[in-house]
Amino acid sequence: MSQSPILCVENLKKHFVLKHSNALTGREPVKLHAVDDVSLSIHPGEALGLVGESGCGKSTLSRLLCRLVDATSGKLFVDGRDISAMSAAAFSKSPLRSDIQMVFQDPTESLNPRFSIFDLIADPLRQLKRPKNRAEVQARVEAAARSVNLPLELLSRFPHQLSGGQKARVGIARAMVVEPRLLVLDEPTSALDVSVQATVLQLLDKIRHEQGVALLFVSHDLNVVRLLCSRIVVMYLGQVVESGATDPLFHHPAHPYTRALLSAIPTLREGARRERIKLDGDPQSPINPSGTRCRLYGRCPAQQALCNRVEPELRTLPDGRQVRCHFADAPAPPETAPAIDPEITPAPLL
Amino acid sequence: MTSTTPPLLSVRDLTVDFRTRHGTVHVLENVSFDLAPGEIIGIVGESGSGKSVTAFAIMGILDKAARILSGDIRFENRDVMAMSPRARDLWRGKEASIIFQNPRTALNPIRPVGDQIADVIARHTPAAPAEVKARVLQAMRQVRIPDPEKRMSAYPFELSGGLCQRIGIAAALACEPRLLIADEPTTGLDVTTQAVIMDLIRDVARAGNLGTVLITHDLALASEYCDRIVVMHAGHVVETAPVAELFARPRHPYTTGLLGSVPSLVESVHDLRAIPGSLPDLRRSDLPPCRFADRCPRHQPGCEAPGLRPEPAGPNHLVACRYPL
Repeated sequence: MSQSPILCVENLKKHFVLKHSNALTGREPVKLHAVDDVSLSIHPGEALGLVGESGCGKSTLSRLLCRLVDATSGKLFVDGRDISAMSAAAFSKSPLRSDIQMVFQDPTESLNPRFSIFDLIADPLRQLKRPKNRAEVQARVEAAARSVNLPLELLSRFPHQLSGGQKARVGIARAMVVEPRLLVLDEPTSALDVSVQATVLQLLDKIRHEQGVALLFVSHDLNVVRLLCSRIVVMYLGQVVESGATDPLFHHPAHPYTRALLSAIPTLREGARRERIKLDGDPQSPINPSGTRCRLYGRCPAQQALCNRVEPELRTLPDGRQVRCHFADAPAPPETAPAIDPEITPAPLL
Repeated sequence: MTSTTPPLLSVRDLTVDFRTRHGTVHVLENVSFDLAPGEIIGIVGESGSGKSVTAFAIMGILDKAARILSGDIRFENRDVMAMSPRARDLWRGKEASIIFQNPRTALNPIRPVGDQIADVIARHTPAAPAEVKARVLQAMRQVRIPDPEKRMSAYPFELSGGLCQRIGIAAALACEPRLLIADEPTTGLDVTTQAVIMDLIRDVARAGNLGTVLITHDLALASEYCDRIVVMHAGHVVETAPVAELFARPRHPYTTGLLGSVPSLVESVHDLRAIPGSLPDLRRSDLPPCRFADRCPRHQPGCEAPGLRPEPAGPNHLVACRYPL
């Protein structure tokens, strides 16, 4: 893509210090590596999916990208402008704040129950855009409500009077009202029924195509990410383990963790059923991780002695995707999905 | 299932109302299904369709506001609702068990997890402390908890979500029940953990010949682990069929609607088909015979006629619709 990215991060790290170093006892500091050396970029109008298990650092990364927390080290660029030196507090007062907006996970808990829907949507506008008069607020709030298909008569109601799907749309409307260029969505549909989820996904796709807003979609549901995003980044224990275009990554995952993640998703399509790859054993601790072995070591079905000695680097495969695995060049095993899975036919009664 | 196998559990015409400050809510109406020994059935539907209320009614743990207006729940041909409260307490946990949705809130946060499994054993099959301890360890091994001697003295907050759910399963299985109800057992867990927990539930159910009811909103999950599926909408059972039959030939418009909104079944976001509208307000006194009528693309005047019941639509296939697909 020739356009410069809206948001670009390089070698971003976020380490939470659990115990400080002690000069008397000579103790090293104890640090939780939530995000370790992540680089990525998001272009205008692009939809990027970020997936991984809970605890892999995807929520911390999305908060870093929104500048809600400060990074330990690394560089952040918005439109090519280096904002690494700007603190999260300073960023929230800068005009760039309205360019990157976040939609939070649980629409019930992220809306103030004492605000009317109108005030909930108007609040970011008043904070960030300094509207001239009430008429302008009114016009912009109504435009935002219309853009998410929220009936205008709901504006005078309160969150508890709305359904889950309507509250999810209020969450999106209050992000959209300040005309952002990037929406960061942290599991926006995980609390919704499938039928409601379908309408919210279609709404997000429409917003992206009609208004050119880039989306960073954080989710553990690869099936949802696949529908919405053109590129996917897979994280494991703070690191990016695989990233690339959606179709090749989904159909021929290169990293053993991506393969395991894909195989764990229940599916209704018989042809799409994959052989279950189990990750046995407990994950390594994100606290003071060893720098000399692969973080998946101990759970990986493809591990070899080398993986315990040398931590793999993120490298680029011939097809352009990035993988953090020593053995990712080996061709992925063919997807031998049986046409009819024995599990789908009722087992005989024992 | 087939008429030759006597059902382990039989629910007939279960009708439940909730009395609230805002009026009477007609939560379940004429819910009927059977469960054979060793069979795994899935109850699926949107939130608010009455899945959990059905489970709680079977277990006898409904809220005080609930009133069972009619219905018959039989377990091994015994009338469960006619049991005295004391007999029902002894039945629950020993012969029938439930796994709850959120493992962290279902466990007592201030007691070690081993003690909480021991409670179930001590209640139903009292034994010497040493034997109770041995059985706690055995129950923990059965659900493949690594290092059970160490883990039994841990508190819930010290364990991961997946391990907490295994403790919940261990407690449910400790007295070797013959009926297991799993109410959204993997909601809130990661997909990889979900796969492990569901494999575990299926394995112990098959090994112990347990009749299992899996309550879930995830059709794909139900399709992988269940033999038969009961689709619920707004307190009605709208369709019941073996898994392969249901997904190959869904007959009720609500079932096809649900299938159309599953992300794994479509290639593009534009192919998703959401079900229009939302659940009807169950406080209405004039609820139509078919509670899906207002959302249904095939709605016809004949839908308003009273007396809609599930009718056979194929082998082991029941559908409650006058104009099925």
